[in-house]
Amino acid sequence: MCLPTCPTYDDTKLERNSPRGRISLMRAIADGNLEATKEFGKEMYFCLGCLACETACPAGVDYAHMFEIARSEVERSGELDTPKRNIIRTLTLRFLFMRPRLLRVVGRLLWIYQVTGFQSLFRALHLNRLLPRDFRELEPITPTVRARFSHQLIAPTEKPASGAKRKVALLTGCVQDLVLPEINRDTADVLLANDCEVFTPPVQPCCGSLHGHNGELELARTLARQQIDLIDPFSVDAIISNAGGCGSHLRHYDRLLEDDPNYREAAAEWSKKLKDIHEYLVEIGFRKPLASPRSGPVTYHESCHLSHGQHIISQPREILRSIPGLQLVELPESQWCCGSAGIYNITQPEMAAKLQKRKMMHIEGTGAPVAATANPGCHLQLENGAKNSHLSLRVAHPITLLAEAYRAEKNPQANHGRS
Amino acid sequence: MSHGIINGDLVTTLSSRLAPLSQLLPPGRLLHEKEDILPYSFDGTASLKTMPAVVVMAESVDEISAVLKFAQAERIPVVTRGSGTGLSGGSVPVQDGIVLCLARMNQILEVDTRNLVARAQAGATTLSISEAVEAKGLFYPPDPSSMKISTIGGNVAENSGGLRGLKYGVTRDYVMGLQVVLADGGVIFTGNRCVKDVAGYNLRDLFIGSEGTLGVVTEVWLKLIPKPAARKTLLALYDDMEDAAQTVSSIIEQKIIPCTLEFLDNVTINCVEDYAKIGLPRDAGAVLLMESDGHPAAVTEEAEALARIAKEHRAREVRVAQTPAEAAALATARRSAFSALARIAPTTILEDATVPRSELARMVRRINEIAQKYRLKIGTFGHMGDGNLHPTFVTDERNTEEIHRVEEAMCEIFEEAIALGGTITGEHGVGLAKKPFLEKQLGAEVLDVMRRLKKSFDPAGILNPGKIFDAA
Repeated sequence: MCLPTCPTYDDTKLERNSPRGRISLMRAIADGNLEATKEFGKEMYFCLGCLACETACPAGVDYAHMFEIARSEVERSGELDTPKRNIIRTLTLRFLFMRPRLLRVVGRLLWIYQVTGFQSLFRALHLNRLLPRDFRELEPITPTVRARFSHQLIAPTEKPASGAKRKVALLTGCVQDLVLPEINRDTADVLLANDCEVFTPPVQPCCGSLHGHNGELELARTLARQQIDLIDPFSVDAIISNAGGCGSHLRHYDRLLEDDPNYREAAAEWSKKLKDIHEYLVEIGFRKPLASPRSGPVTYHESCHLSHGQHIISQPREILRSIPGLQLVELPESQWCCGSAGIYNITQPEMAAKLQKRKMMHIEGTGAPVAATANPGCHLQLENGAKNSHLSLRVAHPITLLAEAYRAEKNPQANHGRS
Repeated sequence: MSHGIINGDLVTTLSSRLAPLSQLLPPGRLLHEKEDILPYSFDGTASLKTMPAVVVMAESVDEISAVLKFAQAERIPVVTRGSGTGLSGGSVPVQDGIVLCLARMNQILEVDTRNLVARAQAGATTLSISEAVEAKGLFYPPDPSSMKISTIGGNVAENSGGLRGLKYGVTRDYVMGLQVVLADGGVIFTGNRCVKDVAGYNLRDLFIGSEGTLGVVTEVWLKLIPKPAARKTLLALYDDMEDAAQTVSSIIEQKIIPCTLEFLDNVTINCVEDYAKIGLPRDAGAVLLMESDGHPAAVTEEAEALARIAKEHRAREVRVAQTPAEAAALATARRSAFSALARIAPTTILEDATVPRSELARMVRRINEIAQKYRLKIGTFGHMGDGNLHPTFVTDERNTEEIHRVEEAMCEIFEEAIALGGTITGEHGVGLAKKPFLEKQLGAEVLDVMRRLKKSFDPAGILNPGKIFDAA
C-alpha cells in the first residue's frame, strides 16, 4: 500500500526506489544477506524521507526510525565517502549547524554579499562559471538572507497585554532564523494574541533534525541535550515549533535520548510538551480573527514532516479557514513532497526539480495567488518554483496569515503589500 | 526467512547465460545488481522469498516478445509481475529465473464511451482505470483492496474480486479482450468490443485467472457500465454472528442484491477498536456493513428494506449514514479491518476460503473452533454476500513452532471449506501458497486436464513454472 504514495517509485517504477524495496534492503543487511554497499548508501539518500509511506502503511511500520538508522549505518560504513562529500558534511553538519552563533555570522556575511550588490555583480559578470558545477547550480537558489534575525525581532520574554494564561517556549530554528525570521515574529505575535507568555532564548542551537535525517545520530543527541539545557521542559506549558521538519524531529527527543540516564526524564517531558504551533492553537481554542488584510483564494501545501511525520493535517486548514475573507482551495496532491526534503534539493537536484515542477503545476491549477505552507524548506522550494515557472505567487506560513489578520483588527491598512 | 539468496559464483555463471538478454533490450531495462533485484524476490505474500537472476523492466510488447523467445530457447523460467501485491505467491520469482515486470507499461489507451469499453496496458493500476472511467460518468466495478497499486494485468492473472462481487461480479465479468504474448514470443489478441461473440473457443477466459502460466497479458479491454447515481451505507451490529449470517440469507431470499454485504467477527471488531477507535461495541459478535447503489429512489427503498431485515434478525443497532462523510465513517470499520489485524503481530496471513452463502455462519463457527484447537489468533472478516471469507492469522513468521500450528489450522480450514462445497481460494489465486490443497478440491482428473492445457500453451514450461500445480 506504500508504493503509490512514494514519489521516487512513482517516477522510476523500480522496487528499490520504493519503501517496500528499501525496507527489504535494510532487512537483508540486518539478516546478513547484504553488505551496506555503496549502492545501498545511494538508495538511502535517494529516498526523500517524506514519510508518505508511513501514513499509508497498514501495519504501522516506523519507517522514519529505520531510515535514520540506515543512513547512520551508511555513514558508519564509509561507503559513500569522497573527499568532497566529507568536506561538505564536516563543514555543514559537524561545524556550521553545531554552532548557532557562527551560523548567524555566516548568514550575516551572506546578507552583506546579497545587499551590497555583490550578488548582482557576481551574476551579471557570470562569475558563477568559476564555481564548481554543483555550486553553480546552487547559487541561484540561495535564499535571501534577512537584515534582522529572530533575536533582533523577538525579546527573550514577551508578555501579553491582557495578562498571561499560559507560558510557552518558542523555537526559532536555524535556517528559518536567517531567511524567514519574520515567521518567528508572527508566531510570537499569534501566541501573545492568545494569552501566552512567550519565552524565546536568543541563541538557540539547531534542533538536530538535519543531523538525525542525515545519519549523524550522535550529533543529533548532543544538540538535543543543548536544547533541553536551554529550555527546561518542566518550566513551560508547551514548547512551540513552527517548522514541520524540525517539529517532526523535536517530538522524538524521548526516543533519541532514551539511553541517556541524565536526560531521559527531561527528554520524555520535552516530547510531551512539544507542540506544533497549529496543533497548539487548535488545542487551546485560538481566538478567531475578526479582520483580514486581504481576501481571495489561498491554497495549502502540506509539509511532509507536518502531515506524515506529525499527523498535523486539519489544524492548519482550520486556521486558514478562520481568517475572514480567505477561501481555502484544496491543492491536489497536497501531501505529495515538493522536493525540498531537507537538503534533498541540494543532494538530488534532478528528482527535486521534477517534484517541484509537479507541485507548481498543481498550485497554478488552483488559481490561488497565495500558497500557505509551514516549513522553511517547502517555503523556499515553492518560492524558487514560482520564480522558475514565472508564476506570481506569494508563499506564506499559515501563522503569518493569521498574524496579519490579528494586526488588521487594529489597523485595517496594515500589512498591505508585504510579502 | 533468508533462503533463496544466491551466492556470487552462481551469479557469474548465470550472467554469462543471460548476457545475450542485454543485447535484445534497450538500455535501462535489465536489472541484475543485487541491490536492484533483491526487492523483487517477494510479493505481497508473507514469508515466501526467492532470488531471481535478473529483472526486466519491459516497456513494450516487442521487448516482452523478445524476452520470451530468448527464455524459451534457453529454457529459463519467466515470472511476470505487476506491482507485486499478490497474496498467494503467484509472482514470487523462480530461483535464478527472469522476473518480467510490467509496471512501466501503465498507460490507459482509450475510454470508448460509445461501446463502453476501456483499453489499458497491463501495468495500469486498477485505481487509475477506475478514476479515468469515472471521469466520464462510467464505472469499472471490481475493487480489490489493493486497487490503489495493483495492476489490471495482475487482476486479470488472478481474476481478482473485491467488495462489490455480490452484485457486480469479479474481474472476469469485465474483460472483453486481451492481448497476450505467448511462450514462444508470438502475440495474439483474443476478444473484441462486441457484447456477443461465439467465434471459436473462448481463449480470453482461459487466460483470466491463469496466474501467468499460459501467457503474458500485455493489454486489457474492459467492459464498463454507467456509474450508479446514488449510494447508501448502513452498519448493523449483532450479538451473534449467526444473526448476521441469517440477515444476509434473508436479504438474498427477499430478492435484494445490495452492492456490498461485508462483515467483521468479534476478534476483528476488537482489533479495529484498538486501532481506529470508531465506537464499535467490543462485545458485539458481528458487524455487518451494507451498501446499496443505483437509482436514488431504488436505493432509498432498498436501504429501508436492509435496515428492516437486519432488525428482524435481532440486530441490536442499525446505523444509517445520512451524508457521504458518515458513509465513509461507517465503511472505515471494514476498510481498516486488515490494517487493524496487521498491527497486532509481525506477520499477517490473509486467507480467502470461500463457501456457498448458505454455509457461511457454519464456516465462521468452524474457523473459531479451529483457532481454539490450535491456540491461534484468527480474525475473520470478509464478503458475507458472496461467501468469501478472510480468516486472518496474526502470528510471527520467526516463531517456527507457531507457524507449524498455523499451517495445520490452515489445512483444516481448507478441508472444511471443501467439505461445505466451497473453494480454497475465492479471489487470491493458488500460486504457491495453496498449491498443496488444490488436488483435494479439484481431484486428479481435473488437475490432469489443466496440466495438458499448460503443456500445449507452454511446452518448454518457462511461464511461471511451479505455480498453481507442479509439472507432472
